[in-house]
Amino acid sequence: MNIETNLKTLIVKNPLKLDCGKTIKDFPIAYETYGSLNSHKDNAILVFHALTGDQYVSGTNPVTKKDGWWSYAVGPGKAIDTNKYFVICSNVIGGCMGSYGPSDLDSENGNIQGTNFPVITINDMVNAQYNLLDYFGIDKLFSVAGGSMGGMQVLQFISNFPDKSKTVIPIATTSSHSAQNIAFNELGRQAIMADSNWKEGDYGSNNSNPGKGLAVARMAAHITYLSKKGLQEKFGRKLQEREDLKFGFDADFQIESYLRYQGSVFVDRFDANSYLYITRAMDYFDLAKQFNGNLSDAFKLTKAKFFIISFTSDWLYPTQENKDIVIALNSIGADVGFVEIESDKGHDSFLLDVPDFLNALKNFLDKSYEEN
Amino acid sequence: MKNEFNVIADLIEKDKKVLDVGCADGILMKFLKDNKNTNIRGLEISKEKVQECIAKGLTVIEGNAEKDLKQFPDKSFDYVVLSQTLQAFLNPELVLNELLRVGKKAIITIPNFGYWKVRLHLLFKGTMPITKTLPDEWYNTPNLHMCTIKDFVHFVKSSNIKIFKSIALNKLNASLINERNLEIKNLSADLGIFLIEK
Repeated sequence: MNIETNLKTLIVKNPLKLDCGKTIKDFPIAYETYGSLNSHKDNAILVFHALTGDQYVSGTNPVTKKDGWWSYAVGPGKAIDTNKYFVICSNVIGGCMGSYGPSDLDSENGNIQGTNFPVITINDMVNAQYNLLDYFGIDKLFSVAGGSMGGMQVLQFISNFPDKSKTVIPIATTSSHSAQNIAFNELGRQAIMADSNWKEGDYGSNNSNPGKGLAVARMAAHITYLSKKGLQEKFGRKLQEREDLKFGFDADFQIESYLRYQGSVFVDRFDANSYLYITRAMDYFDLAKQFNGNLSDAFKLTKAKFFIISFTSDWLYPTQENKDIVIALNSIGADVGFVEIESDKGHDSFLLDVPDFLNALKNFLDKSYEEN
Repeated sequence: MKNEFNVIADLIEKDKKVLDVGCADGILMKFLKDNKNTNIRGLEISKEKVQECIAKGLTVIEGNAEKDLKQFPDKSFDYVVLSQTLQAFLNPELVLNELLRVGKKAIITIPNFGYWKVRLHLLFKGTMPITKTLPDEWYNTPNLHMCTIKDFVHFVKSSNIKIFKSIALNKLNASLINERNLEIKNLSADLGIFLIEK
């Protein structure tokens, strides 16, 4: 990874006991902020990123030189308006953009940790990020928001810290990873581990990189982020820079070329072991199980106002799984709103320019803030 | 705000918890929230209307009353409001029971098919009545189970539902319905508003 040295990092001194039993301390959390914290410190929004996201929510990502992953939603005048709100986002632990992860050195033996890095969970990620509140002197956030794995962190956050946010916005997410979700993640992990350059996770000290495996993992996952209709409309059976089929295994079709490109650029910015660890954390996520099978109990201590959003064409985290969270909240009389947004763009809808979604998000935040 | 909503709002005391089923663009919800400090929630099937409610800062759940009321616990609201929608459900009896389970009390309004204009329309024109309250043609109306004020009163009585208040509404005139004037009100009222409990 080619990470710039001016990365903002908080070194967490407090020991953190992980779900796996191991305790970590003095570990880094890389973060970024947008907008400014007001004097009452009541305008902060903690954004949680998804599987392959990072702390660079908006503006230009200094590593990839591309737009931040949630640029459509976060920025001056946007749905999450940085003229009004102070947005904090940090790289999850297990990640590869400066937070404590498998490519970090083991403090005891100086080796790259690789698969000696502890298995982390969504709960661990959230508990690690909670240190940012103390760091910024924020007693209560105005909102916690995130889509996909970011949504899982949102749910875990308000469950762990029921009075630490006024509003809660889980988007295109689930309270429990389904068999299908786990299956797709396992496919990605197996692709990485099947690459001979993976070397049991020890590629860092062998100066190799399981790029092919990671690219295949990304290609497979990318398909799950789109809808059949969206793919058909964008690519159909269009051929890639050729008049006719070539009777070979080059990328004849545009969709093949597109996926190969997605795979190759991903390898440049993402660490294969991080991919293993983060997908594992998602698979282990089952909030209801943490409360003996009763999801409502995860939220019974919070007075926060929830707004849950799903998308019609999202088959990875379908509307019903989002509605299950709404039902759990309604059954304890929590303050919860819900909308399913019409979109052909699949699970990725929350990252894209989907005006109905962005308007709903903006209206919910701004109206809730006025009532503050 | 239409007069129907004024009458409904008058039935609700301050600081209550209310569910507006089929809340549309949230006009009644907003009024209750601003004027009665109501802890108000909405359930609405139309995505566009849900968006309008969100833009008003209202808590709304996109959903279908015939399927989605079951997630609310028994008596979890002081009042449940259903405005001019009962006749549009596949099974109004089921929905009514759900409303009375979820709410300590329910406020139901129905377009009155016994209204004299409706009767005359059918009698003289011989076609399905079209009025201000019933604006659609027979082939595109959402109304599956039209009833009269009298039908509704008979139905709730036979279902052991208590009626606290029955109000007949005709344009701006709201008047109480009782056993003695039921026949008259069933003829003169465009809309019936009922405060009920089970």
